[in-house]
Amino acid sequence: MPRLESGAWSCSCAARARHAARPGEAAPKADAMQSPSPSAGRAEREASGGAATTWRQHLVQRSVVLFVVGAFMALVLNLLQIQRNVTLFPDEVIATLFSSAWWVPPCCGTAAAVVGLLYPCIDSHLGEPHKFKREWASVMRCIAVFVGINHASAKLDFANNVQLSLTLAALSLGLWWTFDRSRSGLGLGITIAFVATLITQFLVYNGVYQYTSPDFLYIRSWLPCIFFSGGVTVGNIGRQLAMVIIV
Amino acid sequence: MTLTEKLRERISRAFYNHGLLCASYPIPIILFTGLCILACCYPLLKLPLPGTGPVEFSTPVKDYFPPSPDVVSQQGDLSERPDWYVGAPVAYIQQIFVKATVSPWQKNFLAVDVFRSPLSRVFQLVEEIRNHALRDSSGVKSLEEVCLQVTDLLPGLKKLRNLLPEHGCLLLSPGNFWQNDRERFNADPDIIKTIHQHEPKALQTSATLKDLLFGLPGKYSGVNLYNRKRVVSYTVTLGLQRYDSRFLSSLRSRLKLLHPSPNCTLREDSIVHVHFKEEIGIAELIPLVTTYIILFAYIYFSTRKIDMVKSKWGLALAAVVTVLSSLLMSVGLCTLFGLTPTLNGGEIFPYLVVVIGLENVLVLTKSVVSTPVDLEVKLRIAQGLSNESWSIMKNMATELGIILIGYFTLVPAIQEFCLFAVVGLVSDFFLQMLFFTTVLSIDIRRMELADLNKRLPAEACLPPAKPASRSQRYERQPAVRPATPHTITLQPSSFRNLRLPKRLRVIYFFARTRLAQRLIMAGTVIWIGILVYTDPAGLRTYLTSQVTEQSPLGEAGLPPMPVPGGVLPAGDPKIDLSVFPSDPIQLSENQTQQREQQAGLEPLGRLETNQHSWAQGPEGRGNGQTELGTEAEVTWGAEDEEIWRKLSFRHWPSLFSYYNITLAKRYISILPAIPVTLYLNPQEALEVRHPQEANRYHPFLSSSGGKLNAEAQPDQTSSRLQGHRDVTLYKVAALGLASGILLVLLLFCLYRLLCPKNYGQNGLSHSRRRRGDLPCDDYGYSPPETEIVPLVLRGHLMDIECLASDGMLLVSCCLVGQIRVWDAQTGDCLTVIPKPRLRRDSSGIFDYQESWDHSPDGKTGLDDSFESSHQLKRMLSPPQPPLFCDQPDLTSLIDTNFSEQVKVAESEPRLRAVGGRQKEAGYDFSSLVGKVYEEHSTSNCMNFGGLSAPHGQAGFCVGGSTARSLGCGSEEGGCGGRRRSLGDESLSGFDKSSPLPSWGGDFESSVWSLDLQGNLIVAGRSNGKLEVWDAIEGTLRSSNDESQSGITALVFLNNRIVAARLNGSLDFFSLETHTSLNHLQFRGAPSRSSIPSSPLFSSSDVIVCQLTHTVSCAHQKPITALKAAAGRLVTGSQDHTLRVFRLEDSCCLFTLQGHSGAITAVYIDQTMVLASGGQDGAICLWDVLTGSKVSHMYAHRGDVTSLTCTTSCVISSGLDDVISIWDRSSGIKLYSIQQEMGCGSSLGVISDNLLVTGGQGCVSFWDIGYGDLLQTVYLGKSNESQPARQILVLENAAIVCNFGSELSLVYVPSVLEKLD
Repeated sequence: MPRLESGAWSCSCAARARHAARPGEAAPKADAMQSPSPSAGRAEREASGGAATTWRQHLVQRSVVLFVVGAFMALVLNLLQIQRNVTLFPDEVIATLFSSAWWVPPCCGTAAAVVGLLYPCIDSHLGEPHKFKREWASVMRCIAVFVGINHASAKLDFANNVQLSLTLAALSLGLWWTFDRSRSGLGLGITIAFVATLITQFLVYNGVYQYTSPDFLYIRSWLPCIFFSGGVTVGNIGRQLAMVIIV
Repeated sequence: MTLTEKLRERISRAFYNHGLLCASYPIPIILFTGLCILACCYPLLKLPLPGTGPVEFSTPVKDYFPPSPDVVSQQGDLSERPDWYVGAPVAYIQQIFVKATVSPWQKNFLAVDVFRSPLSRVFQLVEEIRNHALRDSSGVKSLEEVCLQVTDLLPGLKKLRNLLPEHGCLLLSPGNFWQNDRERFNADPDIIKTIHQHEPKALQTSATLKDLLFGLPGKYSGVNLYNRKRVVSYTVTLGLQRYDSRFLSSLRSRLKLLHPSPNCTLREDSIVHVHFKEEIGIAELIPLVTTYIILFAYIYFSTRKIDMVKSKWGLALAAVVTVLSSLLMSVGLCTLFGLTPTLNGGEIFPYLVVVIGLENVLVLTKSVVSTPVDLEVKLRIAQGLSNESWSIMKNMATELGIILIGYFTLVPAIQEFCLFAVVGLVSDFFLQMLFFTTVLSIDIRRMELADLNKRLPAEACLPPAKPASRSQRYERQPAVRPATPHTITLQPSSFRNLRLPKRLRVIYFFARTRLAQRLIMAGTVIWIGILVYTDPAGLRTYLTSQVTEQSPLGEAGLPPMPVPGGVLPAGDPKIDLSVFPSDPIQLSENQTQQREQQAGLEPLGRLETNQHSWAQGPEGRGNGQTELGTEAEVTWGAEDEEIWRKLSFRHWPSLFSYYNITLAKRYISILPAIPVTLYLNPQEALEVRHPQEANRYHPFLSSSGGKLNAEAQPDQTSSRLQGHRDVTLYKVAALGLASGILLVLLLFCLYRLLCPKNYGQNGLSHSRRRRGDLPCDDYGYSPPETEIVPLVLRGHLMDIECLASDGMLLVSCCLVGQIRVWDAQTGDCLTVIPKPRLRRDSSGIFDYQESWDHSPDGKTGLDDSFESSHQLKRMLSPPQPPLFCDQPDLTSLIDTNFSEQVKVAESEPRLRAVGGRQKEAGYDFSSLVGKVYEEHSTSNCMNFGGLSAPHGQAGFCVGGSTARSLGCGSEEGGCGGRRRSLGDESLSGFDKSSPLPSWGGDFESSVWSLDLQGNLIVAGRSNGKLEVWDAIEGTLRSSNDESQSGITALVFLNNRIVAARLNGSLDFFSLETHTSLNHLQFRGAPSRSSIPSSPLFSSSDVIVCQLTHTVSCAHQKPITALKAAAGRLVTGSQDHTLRVFRLEDSCCLFTLQGHSGAITAVYIDQTMVLASGGQDGAICLWDVLTGSKVSHMYAHRGDVTSLTCTTSCVISSGLDDVISIWDRSSGIKLYSIQQEMGCGSSLGVISDNLLVTGGQGCVSFWDIGYGDLLQTVYLGKSNESQPARQILVLENAAIVCNFGSELSLVYVPSVLEKLD
């Protein structure tokens, strides 16, 4: 049972990873997708080679940070999902930690990097820079709430799945309203949630994973909420990183 | 809309009033809030402490029946019964507690005998237990039926496979170490090794295998080689599936019969049920830890934003306290109203904090801080509160709304969370409004108080967001100047980074409290104590021997007391027992049990035979009786009560977890232990002894009587043992010594690290900054240096010797005795003294103007070499012509530069204009030059032109020979030097009026001291002449030459002049004008507000300088220092003493002795603080009122060159080029600043916490309180770097630095701009 829930989480990560990898299967293509982004292009146009290289450096820095954050969150939240099956032996901790497939944390990390880079890109593309609560304290708060949502989905005993899903949906929207409040954030979050859910459905349909009590086609119905809040959170981090490193 | 507006206004007014209230009564409000917090937290005391420790519950053995599995059937009769006490326990634990000893003990027994034979009996005992069966009417019931059947061990425990039972009863005993096989045990050469084989190497708190099998903590087992009591304890642990009282009681009575424990007092009346909570594994902790990390990051990022307050960290702490105590309050309140928390508190806590947040606190702080600074604190708080009231209320309403929505999810957990959050939010709001606001008001008030004294009256208190206004304020405004005294407001320290101050503070704290020394002392004492105590030959052994001789416990340590042989001791109950097993005496009254004789017979018989064989054994050897040692008696005491409690609380969970049985949220029942006492006779102990042990081990506590048993082990054995033991002891001692030394070294290093490195020594460690490097503070932090263009005052030909200022005017005097008066605001040269005696008309001026232009130029061009030799040249005697005759011929150079010079001069119109403005341009050049030329040719001194050194020589020429020759010579030298020095390299600031003055006959002596007040300059000359000059007119107003002794120091205060002379006498003059005395007096005191353009008395006034009093021999030796303040006059002399005079009547009040060298620096200020520094490098602080020495510091190597004080510090500089800052009250050196060479004495205090020091072509500003280097200002181009030799702080926030022959006027506002 818990194993399957963990599967759900892994799947969600996988979905995000897929979403990330979708525009191009390989990393160079992802880069190709990034580089024509308006801000990067402008920066290259405006500045000389030196500025471009520093821009690239910043890009790499940001993606590395986002990747690490994503992978770490994947591991931790994975644990959160499966932690009812705790054993007494320290040897097993490592096993639990890596109980899901090995590719889950890297995929989540990649997905986080892509989403986190995408958010500031879209902001600048739309020409409405994000001004709302731009500070690290707020970002930390956002992360904490995200972990809390995951915590709730893993640990709380709900009467039925619909209730759980509705609660989580409300929580996710509250997260967006509290920390984001931008149209682009909402749109991107919903897109991410939709695509990721689709991919998860696809994966489960093909038998890569199963869910303990699927109530929404093949997956749990709260999964889109998790995806949504995850997208918003990572986007928040990404925006803050972009602001810190560029400015 | 209007409703909203109205609401908004009302809220803001309410907040305003509330803020006023909070700021007015801070202490009562904080007390009230604290009481509220305590009251609300009071219900928390009833809550069980969180943790995973097991919970116990006991029921009486009598009528025990397992609780029914369903909760409903629990009646109210057992209300105290915990809610986990439902259903059958996982297992019943029955322990059989064995205590065994060998008795009587023989001297020659080995240490291993203490436990070998007792342990060997375990196999027999286990066998008895295993075979026990209850036979009653219903049939035979064996142990197999009631015991807990265990299956496989977990696969990960292969190494325990042979040690723990599998597929059978859970029966643990020490025999499991040998697979319950007695033969194995007998064949085991080293029992201890076997037992400790599986002990973990590292520190482990949970149950080890030894604990598991022994069933009691290892240290209680007595299985070691140093068991003095010689009692071995272990248990046989039995896990039971079902509770069968009859079976258990039969087992109990049988064991008691077989091995009676006569004096056992163990209570056997209750069963203890132990409930285990859910285990928290590491895996579960990781998400928890992550959430906490996120929480701390949140708090960190939030509190980092607190700024612009007095104590940032104090406020951050207050904020965190606010949030935490609001959480506690919410939990407490919820408990009070019957809402017991079911959620895991630790898990939801971070989320609660995040939901409640620190935002309001930060917003409040920011809002309050951004109110105008000059308002009253109360009003600031109130205003800040009311500004933010609307948003705070809005936020709170939003949060409450969200939480309310959450409440309607109808999920119990979320509802509970929301309930907590609502109460938490409300209590947080309450705390913010009452607690945090009040703390904030206190903080703000502290800040106000802190800089109240150095606060500018009006506009400096503007919020620091407007630096421009402040910098403009210090623009040069010659006409308008503020009437109030200038003080520099430094921003409070919290405005700047706290990096240095904190570290410094820690270090100072260590230094001040001498913490390191005390720690070292304490450590040493403790170490010595330990050493003495553990010394093998020392105190401890002595003590123990003393104690054991008297105490009954000391059988082991007692010398052997041989029992008379042959007779069995009648009083020995064991032997009686063995011989007469049914003797009722042995059975204590409470041991009424049905005897099962049949079962008991067999071992009894065995015992009997053993007894007999033992009884005969020693006899056979002949003198066995003498070996009879003392007899041990096994005692059962309170410490044996429920010995399982002393086990780790993880004992049972880990035992069951080996079989994959979890005890989480379940319980086990522990039945009262069955005591078993075993007495073993020596014969048995000898029998089970392993042959190797006899060789390896040595007699237990070998003593003199031990030789009987051991022919094979004669005395050498024991002596060898003794030697062996000695060696180990020595090893231990050596190890201890080594570690002690290491400790001392470590502490020493720590001490060196923590204490200020130069504690007690002068700036050794600060000298790492090399010359030419940027000045930096102790931590290598050098702030960005800036370069500003100071006003350079040029005109002096020689090094400037004396500087004086009254804030308006600046008077400088160079080596040649030329006095120049500058406007301290504009830098214009107002007057040159002495004036030419013959006034020429303007045409004459212009005739010579061009040529005179060059002389300062030439001098400045030569600055470098000039400076480099200036030290030298002071000591040189008047010039020796041969030295300079080899200089190149300068005659050819003379005329060529005149044409260029015109251009250069014209390229600087401003200066020219300034010069043109000067009125005093009368020069008698014709006669002067003519004379000079004559004398030049005669003295053949063309050497003046060449290098810079001649200038220095020239300075002394003045005094020695004729002044005129020098003047012209230097002029020529200037011209020549100018040519040679790359022509016109930025020779900007010089006046055309600057040339050599006319040398009157009365200027043959140099000026040694100078003072300025109003528009009067008082100059003391080396020939003892005192002159009073008009600063504006440049005329000599009065002079006095009654004494021939040179005036070394001068004080000009009001209309009183005090002159200290070389011969140690002190002259008091009074200055009177005949026509307008009151004018002069008026001019004297408020010199700051005077306006230079309007001299107060006309030149027609006759000023008379009258000698009023002479202290003929104030000192035995020349007076070197003279200062006056607060109606006192202090003189310091080379005769090592200071004297304090009253200024009015020249009465000597005190003679202060304490220095062991000549006094070189004296400081006295209005607060009657007197500091003096001497050639011995010492600084003394004196109380002027009583004449007592307050403190005495050894400050410098070499002379103390200058000394000044602020309200809290003493700042001194010495010949060692170190500036030291001392705490004034305690005399502890705070820190020191290594100066560049030659700049040692250049320092000035601008305000109470701003120090300025000079460097190579730069001045540095320091924060006195923290030793922070604030800014370094480079004066002019960086390549022309000369040391600033002297710094004078003017009262209009400017400083004057003396760079050789030029003065730089720097405005301090550049520092302030940077700080903003």
